[in-house]
Amino acid sequence: MNGNMEKAWMRIPDIKFTKLFINGEFVDAISGKTFENIDPRTEEVIANVSEGDKEDVDLAVKAARQAFDHGPWPRLPGCERRRIMLKFADLIDENVDELAALDTVDAANLYSLGKAMQIHHGAELIRYYAGAADKIHGTTLKMSSELQGYTLVEPIGVVGHIVPWNFPTQMFVMKVGPALAAGCTMVVKPAEQTPLSALYYAHLAKQAGVPDGVINVVTGYGSTAGAAISSHMDIDMVSFTGSTETGHRIMQAAATSNLKAVSLELGGKSPFIVFDDADVDRVAPLALLGCFFNQGQICVAGTRTFVQEGIHDKFVDRLLEEVKRWVVGDPFDPNVNQGPQVDKKQYKKILSYIEHGKREGATLLAGGKPLPGKGYYIEPTIFTDVTDDMTIAKEEIFGPVMSIMKFKTVEEVIKRANGTKYGLAAGIMTNDLNIANTVARSLRAGAIWINCYFAFDNDLPIGGYKMSGFGKDMGIQALHKYLQIKSVATPIFNSPWL
Amino acid sequence: MAARRVSYFFSRSLSLPTSPASLAKKYGLSGKGMQRYTTATVLEEPVITPPVQVNYTKLLINGQFVDSASGRTFPTLDPRTGEVIAHVAEGDAEDVNRAVSAARKAFDEGPWPKMTAYERSRILLRFADLVEKHMQELAQLETWDNGKPYEQALTAELPLFVRLFHYYAGWADKIHGLTVPADGPHHVQVLHEPIGVAGQIIPWNFPLLMYAWKVGPALACGNTIVLKSAEQTPLTALYVSKLFHEAGLPDGVLNVVSGYGPTAGAALASHMDIDKLAFTGSTDTGKVVLELAAKSNLKPVTLELGGKSPFIVCEDADIDRAVEIAHFALFFNQGQCCCAGSRTFVHERIYDEFVEKAKARAAKRTVGDPFKKGIEQGPQIDSDQFEKVLRYIRSGIDGNAKLECGGERVGSKGFFIQPTVFSNVQDNMLIAQEEIFGPVQSILKFKEIDEVIKRANATRYGLAAGVFTKNIDTANTLSRGLRAGTVWVNCYDVFDAAIPFGGYKMSGVGREKGIYSLNNYLQVKAVVSS
Repeated sequence: MNGNMEKAWMRIPDIKFTKLFINGEFVDAISGKTFENIDPRTEEVIANVSEGDKEDVDLAVKAARQAFDHGPWPRLPGCERRRIMLKFADLIDENVDELAALDTVDAANLYSLGKAMQIHHGAELIRYYAGAADKIHGTTLKMSSELQGYTLVEPIGVVGHIVPWNFPTQMFVMKVGPALAAGCTMVVKPAEQTPLSALYYAHLAKQAGVPDGVINVVTGYGSTAGAAISSHMDIDMVSFTGSTETGHRIMQAAATSNLKAVSLELGGKSPFIVFDDADVDRVAPLALLGCFFNQGQICVAGTRTFVQEGIHDKFVDRLLEEVKRWVVGDPFDPNVNQGPQVDKKQYKKILSYIEHGKREGATLLAGGKPLPGKGYYIEPTIFTDVTDDMTIAKEEIFGPVMSIMKFKTVEEVIKRANGTKYGLAAGIMTNDLNIANTVARSLRAGAIWINCYFAFDNDLPIGGYKMSGFGKDMGIQALHKYLQIKSVATPIFNSPWL
Repeated sequence: MAARRVSYFFSRSLSLPTSPASLAKKYGLSGKGMQRYTTATVLEEPVITPPVQVNYTKLLINGQFVDSASGRTFPTLDPRTGEVIAHVAEGDAEDVNRAVSAARKAFDEGPWPKMTAYERSRILLRFADLVEKHMQELAQLETWDNGKPYEQALTAELPLFVRLFHYYAGWADKIHGLTVPADGPHHVQVLHEPIGVAGQIIPWNFPLLMYAWKVGPALACGNTIVLKSAEQTPLTALYVSKLFHEAGLPDGVLNVVSGYGPTAGAALASHMDIDKLAFTGSTDTGKVVLELAAKSNLKPVTLELGGKSPFIVCEDADIDRAVEIAHFALFFNQGQCCCAGSRTFVHERIYDEFVEKAKARAAKRTVGDPFKKGIEQGPQIDSDQFEKVLRYIRSGIDGNAKLECGGERVGSKGFFIQPTVFSNVQDNMLIAQEEIFGPVQSILKFKEIDEVIKRANATRYGLAAGVFTKNIDTANTLSRGLRAGTVWVNCYDVFDAAIPFGGYKMSGVGREKGIYSLNNYLQVKAVVSS
């Protein structure tokens, strides 16, 4: 499984950008400090990246504020912002190899997938929002007296984006794309584990013609740079993707500072529900992918696999066959399905959850151990006989750990699937139209995939119910969270209609 | 049939000048000493031959340039001289049948409606990029065929054409139906589906922009098309459609049939396999089109027809600006705009000053070879229009409107007409009632806001209106009171892709551009399950 570590694809790409990007320039942190960027495959340092702190965030916000209050970006017609964004998308497509490699050394995203699809998907999402830039409509209103009323939909202002490490490219474009289309300016803080591609994207955006100060990237830690963003008095909105714990802190900081608008895309413990009539040959591989893709480091991962009792054993057997074909190894290797976890902290946390599972009485069906040698590799791990009260069924593990739970009736599984503080996504595997409709409407989750999983689409909004957060990413809904509505009314006289 | 692949025809061996200035220089015609219409000699100079080749003159059916079934051609004329530019394949009912069957197949079986919306949007974007690369040639062809100033085609219309396609590319993947609440235990979702094969008939005044207004939304929504260009201006539609195929548009999705209204146009309007018809042109032809649709398969019809749009200058308006914009609103594109501000209503207190200034402005308007730098006005499109405009001028004079300036043809060849201004025009005069579609401004006097609303609305048309005032209440009252599809306040002819355009009353049915245009090309299907 992990025997190919010495191959040619262990290469490390050239790393061109390691400094903060503020007001269109790459600059050192004011403190002069840097932090180590570690390759999760080897645990070795591959770059030293400028460590932004409060003072750097202040500078970045100042640049963004200037660009918003006095700069051209929010004043450009939508068709001009679109043109620049289309150019940005083209530049992303032209630099796929390098960008994919950066995400692989940083986040262990699969290189061949990144090169063939994921980076291009980033460009596609930028094009999607480019197309939306001149389609931001307000409404004229039906007033109840002789008034002319209408709404203006305006960019919200300076946005702080705090993005996670699991999909550096997707998270960057998902936040930056709609905010750019809306006419906002922004300060982006990428995760300290994965700062590299964000800096590269900032460079490409500048090349495409995004004016200085519109996109600023401050690399650094959450407790310093991240906290400075969420409590900043001159940031109008903070958009965060990450853990629910950090989400609490961000919202608190927003509340105690300037009541900035907040959008949170947080953790999940998403149910993947397999009904008796499901096609096991189709569903088992999907369940596996839905849980283990990207090393299980995906907020919408289907980590609670509910299987109806009539199909349970057959499903488990089929899953076991599948997991044997699941290859763990260097994410640059095109044959590999799963790379290392992002860092030591995550790696240790996941292993401790696996121990919890064993101790609390779940049956270990597959995996359960780290791989020997260097790097943060963990075997794909499947528990059966998991009960709702076990830690592995309640908490977000963010690793390659699947918990299989048996259920009897539709009503029961709806109740149990909803018995969580989270509500991000859910999978429903059935050909029965009534079950599909009933369960889709009953689950309290932001994205429901029926007979599919991870059906992400530019036009499909993603975001949580309950403590999985609020505010949507992707789709037109994401554009609207970077906009605010101004109502205008004025008296009219002798109108032939009201 | 000499059918060959579209790409085969792509051969370009031109060295293009980079600007109208260098073009003029190349032909020894510098901008200085620019002649006015009052000195008719300008047109006795040799006309500038644009350095562009006419490579596409056949019908475009199923991705291939083909001769017409009859083998017939018709001449397309240079309106500067009345001479032949090229002979173009003349499509009629048989060619329309072939084009519809290609479009039908491309819709029913072909990849286009089944493609992801994102792929469709990429093809539209690639097409726009290709047009951008060929802007000069296209602008030259457009001017040659239509007679509009080259600078206008190159610096205003072609960039707008590109923006329109970028705009519609952005809609392709954002066409949303609603999920709908039900009174009982039902799940209801509404699917927006492409309507099918669209027949589109476009006019000659803005050949490329009218193409964009029609083709853009139809393709973004996933339809296939048979387009008939105007017989006066068939050239650019063929050229850009070839570029569309280069950009990856599948065969059969966009078919172009050049030809005449009574033959090719009527065949489209009455075709049983066309699901939707869109027409821009005169109100008289619009009636025929609608009737043919009614008699055949009840295809829904979008009509964008004539106008007699009021341009209202209130007493508090900035007069100099109002004069300039009123001049532009009428004379732009040789007065050949459906929304031309052809009834200039001016408040009595500023009437005399306005008339003086409007006259002076019209007298300054430069008329001449549209390829020449600095020329504001070229020839009318053809001899029919030319004669018609002159007849209206005669009727104005005979009806005792005061001819302030102009009134004659310019030069002795081609279809040039002097910028003409009438004052003291009364509501009951022919020039105040009918669409002239030429460079003839009629200035009327008014006193009260209520009066001008009533008079402005006293027409069978309702396409557009201009309002000039600094007063917010006046602006709001007029905006709401006028029965017209577009009201421009302190501006005119603002044609952003996102702004819907279309007529009230006999100016038409439906709206083009903006999100509203998508409705023309979508079917709405409610899916209800229990």
